Amino acid sequence: MQVIWQGETIPIDLSFMEVVNTRSGEQVQLCYHCHKCGAGCPIASFMDYTPDKLFRMAQLGLKRQVLSSSTIWLCSACHTCATRCPNDIDVTRVMDTLKEMALEEKIKSRQKVAALFHKGFLANLKRFGQLHEASLMAVLKLKTLNLFSDLKLGLKMFLRGKIALFPKRIKGRKEIRKLFKEIRRRGKVPQES
Amino acid sequence: MKKIGVFVCWCGSNIAGTIDVDKVVEEVSKLEGVVHSESYRYLCSDPGQAIIETAIREKGLSGVVVAACSPTMHETTFRRTVARAGMNPYRCEIANIREQCSWVHQAAKDEATGKAIKIIESMVEKVKLDEELYPIHSVLIKRALVVGGGISGLKAASEIANSGYEVVLVEREPSLGGRAMQLSSTFPDFDAAEDIVLPLMEEVSRSPRVKLMTYSELEEVAGHVGQFNIRVRKRLRYVDHEKCTACGLCIKECPVEVPSAFEMGLGKRKAIYIPFPDAVPDKPVIDAETCLFFKEGGCEACRSVCEPKAIDFDQQDTIVEEEVGAIVLATGYSLFPKEKVAEYGYGKYADVISGLEFERLNSATGPTGGEVRRPSDGKVPKELVFIQCTGSRDQEKGVPYCSRICCMYTAKQAMLFKQKVPDGQAYVFYIDVCSGGKGYEEFVQRCQEENRTLYLRGRVSRVFQDNGKVVVWGADTLSGKRIEVAADMVVLATAIVPRSDSKELAKKVRIATDEYGFFSEAHIKLRPVESQTAGIFLAGCAHSPKDITDSVSQAGCAASKVKALFAADELVSEPMVAYVDKDACVGCEMCVAACPYEARILHERKKIAMVEEALCQGCGGCVAACPSGASQMRNLTTDQVLAMIDAIS
Amino acid sequence: MMRLSYYPGCSLHATAKEYGLSASAVCEALGIELVEIPDWCCCGASSAHSFNRTLSIALPARNIAAAQAEGLDIVLPCAACFGNMRKADLALRENEKLRREIEEMLSFEYSGKLQVLHLLEVICNRVGLEAVRKRVIKELTGLKVAPYYGCLLVRPPEVCGFDDTENPTTLDNLIEAIGAEAVKWSYKTECCGASLALIQPEIVEKLVEEITEMAVEAGASCIATACPLCSTNLETRQELGLPIFFFTELMGLAFNLDGCERWLKMHLVETEPALQTLREEHSNSSAVGHTGKER
Repeated sequence: MQVIWQGETIPIDLSFMEVVNTRSGEQVQLCYHCHKCGAGCPIASFMDYTPDKLFRMAQLGLKRQVLSSSTIWLCSACHTCATRCPNDIDVTRVMDTLKEMALEEKIKSRQKVAALFHKGFLANLKRFGQLHEASLMAVLKLKTLNLFSDLKLGLKMFLRGKIALFPKRIKGRKEIRKLFKEIRRRGKVPQES
Repeated sequence: MKKIGVFVCWCGSNIAGTIDVDKVVEEVSKLEGVVHSESYRYLCSDPGQAIIETAIREKGLSGVVVAACSPTMHETTFRRTVARAGMNPYRCEIANIREQCSWVHQAAKDEATGKAIKIIESMVEKVKLDEELYPIHSVLIKRALVVGGGISGLKAASEIANSGYEVVLVEREPSLGGRAMQLSSTFPDFDAAEDIVLPLMEEVSRSPRVKLMTYSELEEVAGHVGQFNIRVRKRLRYVDHEKCTACGLCIKECPVEVPSAFEMGLGKRKAIYIPFPDAVPDKPVIDAETCLFFKEGGCEACRSVCEPKAIDFDQQDTIVEEEVGAIVLATGYSLFPKEKVAEYGYGKYADVISGLEFERLNSATGPTGGEVRRPSDGKVPKELVFIQCTGSRDQEKGVPYCSRICCMYTAKQAMLFKQKVPDGQAYVFYIDVCSGGKGYEEFVQRCQEENRTLYLRGRVSRVFQDNGKVVVWGADTLSGKRIEVAADMVVLATAIVPRSDSKELAKKVRIATDEYGFFSEAHIKLRPVESQTAGIFLAGCAHSPKDITDSVSQAGCAASKVKALFAADELVSEPMVAYVDKDACVGCEMCVAACPYEARILHERKKIAMVEEALCQGCGGCVAACPSGASQMRNLTTDQVLAMIDAIS
Repeated sequence: MMRLSYYPGCSLHATAKEYGLSASAVCEALGIELVEIPDWCCCGASSAHSFNRTLSIALPARNIAAAQAEGLDIVLPCAACFGNMRKADLALRENEKLRREIEEMLSFEYSGKLQVLHLLEVICNRVGLEAVRKRVIKELTGLKVAPYYGCLLVRPPEVCGFDDTENPTTLDNLIEAIGAEAVKWSYKTECCGASLALIQPEIVEKLVEEITEMAVEAGASCIATACPLCSTNLETRQELGLPIFFFTELMGLAFNLDGCERWLKMHLVETEPALQTLREEHSNSSAVGHTGKER
């Protein structure tokens, strides 16, 4: 079967959905496109594909389109969709799985900042054990070359004692680093039976 | 000299609260012909009714007017009251001074009282001209005719026969079973079709109360409810079933092979044949149109091997005449024709087939022994496309209605396919999924969840052949994209349509059809198994597309209606029917044209109109149509109506 | 005296400092002893689960492991940390394969004996509203508060489990118990945009605009929250100047605790406009001779 996608004829890969199913523990084929998720999603109007549309694309095996969408990265994990889905699909979990897969396959999204943010956050966490907000902000601003937005806000927060200049380093930092390494070593194993 | 008694009811305060009952009684007593006038709190009560009875006896009343609530409430009650006192019940009339007076004029008491008097006056005038009427008794023959030996007809026949009545079962095909026997298995439990139909076939054919006429057609129906005179033509089988031992040698010997209608053209049969194994009766018939003996002469292969000498090429047509009291029509359906589905290549490409044809492929007794194989080359298909709504829901080129069963059988067929071809992939192009029955929605969900059938929402534009594959151009509205499938086989869920001769049959039996040719029911909600003609009932897809569950329910209901009809000893109907003043009738036949119940006929010799009282529903259409005033309603004649109007104005 | 293991979460040192301070003060006033989990690490917030499933379970699991030694149920003030830890706890409880993997990586044995609770849940369900009412010195009469639950306090229901998903009332009841009015509004559980504030801020601006407008439309003079990120988003991305309080700060005010002034000064949106209504009510009632309920 082929899908004609914006002039391009794409042979579909029905096994993509099976992989998503196994990794997320959800049954994507249960979705019958009632669109309740998209209707209640607070971010839907900013996404390139609403959640329901994305699920359809996943069912049809349009792997590249799904993993490069801004949808998965703009999901705020508010769980409104998962709570209301009549087929009891944990949509949030599927979004997480798709993010994991996109990162593994190094597929770039239109929404470029999200992945940067999460990577930066985790690098910060790995280094200190607890998040040091100030250094994360600094790194993010530099990486996105977005140096001057929120500067005024930052100053205001500093003056009210809301910015910790120095990070809190926990004693178990090495453990954290080991944990990250161990997880990387174990690779993309289907974690749950 | 008429002696009319008027009884005015207070109805508690419902009437008396607005109307001055005493004044009414006084004024009414002054009317010409009224010899008794009285009021009572609740006339419908036992003491109330006793008052009426006493008055009738003591004063020798010849007519009664009860001024009270609406006749729909207590007309029957008061008619029984007067009957008990020895008066003809049809000389008791109700004057509605509650719903049509006291209840709607509560603010205008004086005017309401005046109006009540006028209403009573008009009913007094009517009663003066009322005749004594008696219920119409007509013959009730407690035998039923069931037309159609499919699952609906079988169910109806079985129920009626088991209640102790004789049934004449007429089936056009050589065997009982109908469409249900053509199926492989049924939704939602995957029961084999045989398991559902065969037991019924056996039971009905063995029942001593069922006169079975297979390979027969209904020629003519005359008469009316209680007494239908029917003529059935037994088609020429050229095989004497009394002598035949069903050994099957004749079939083996026959040199002619033609496409089998039972196999939907996917398999063959001989010129002498039994349509399917386990047919009832299990004895062959000869199809004269394909038999060499009849076409060219010379071949007697079957006769030469028949030991009991059952082959009889000299058989003559037989007409059988029967008398029945009720008819159940269960003649089933046809499918949307190939010519109208040209864009899907149906009829052009061998690998584009209908749902019913796919059933034959899946049936163990079918042309492929139950294996799903392409008709073109016999290979097992891997990519199978199902197209729903082929012809249905299509105002432009098909029928606008939904055929009701296709979504369910498509899901079933997709599941059967996946069971037989585990590495195959089924695609279903749908617009909506109609799965409202018990367990149906869950069934369709299973098809998608467990069997991974891909449901694509969109209508297919065309199907064409390319390199041994059938290419399907469709769409998926859920993703908003066009879809192309290079399929191995395409199964079309074609629309259910009435049989090509359904309108003809309806005319024969004198019932109505809708614009498509499905038989019309009397009332879609309250009377769904009765036709508009008394004594004729409907069951199954001849009425409207439906699945086996609903067909069987409807057939059972139709059987119950027949049993209820037969429960009495004779047919008794209300005498408020039309009659003809012979002296005034000029034989113009306007009433015959006007009657929707076919209750008016012209007497052959006398050339005056007659009323079939058993069929007349008292609608008054003939009275309005009659130019000479010869056609009248009993106890609602033109004279009566004019007298009532005079009294009011 | 109730003893609970305490997981403050990363923002309570810095951007949500006033939450940490007011929470500690309120717990002390209610007789809850908070035993901070030794050497706790960040729970991963929204980044761990966007990156790797195992990591998102392992990080909170490490904190559960650390708390097991004390053997006390765990209380968390941040809704996101609470959600993450509860989810990890459930996963460890229900999935044997995953549990063994995590136990191996972190070298511990999961006991499954500790309950994971949000601070709101502890105060309302374990301590109880009666006890809260008894502690109130200055009822917050006249203060109209829009209770804002956000997402992760109530969703998904199988994880959070202590209140209704579509129409929760725990925070409403608490607000009423301290004498304020919890206004009825329809944006109780609408998302504020969470970490999108740093990814695509115009989304958060839009969501916060709607939330604050709805609160004002419903007649509220402030919003009460139970999550540091919600609070930060609501304060920093709105245009209306609507005060945003942590529920513990309101409790502190009602309990008349020392240090209230200090917390209020830390807010980025002036809290005076809301508290003004409060003081007016109080001065009114004192003019008539009542000095608020004395206990």
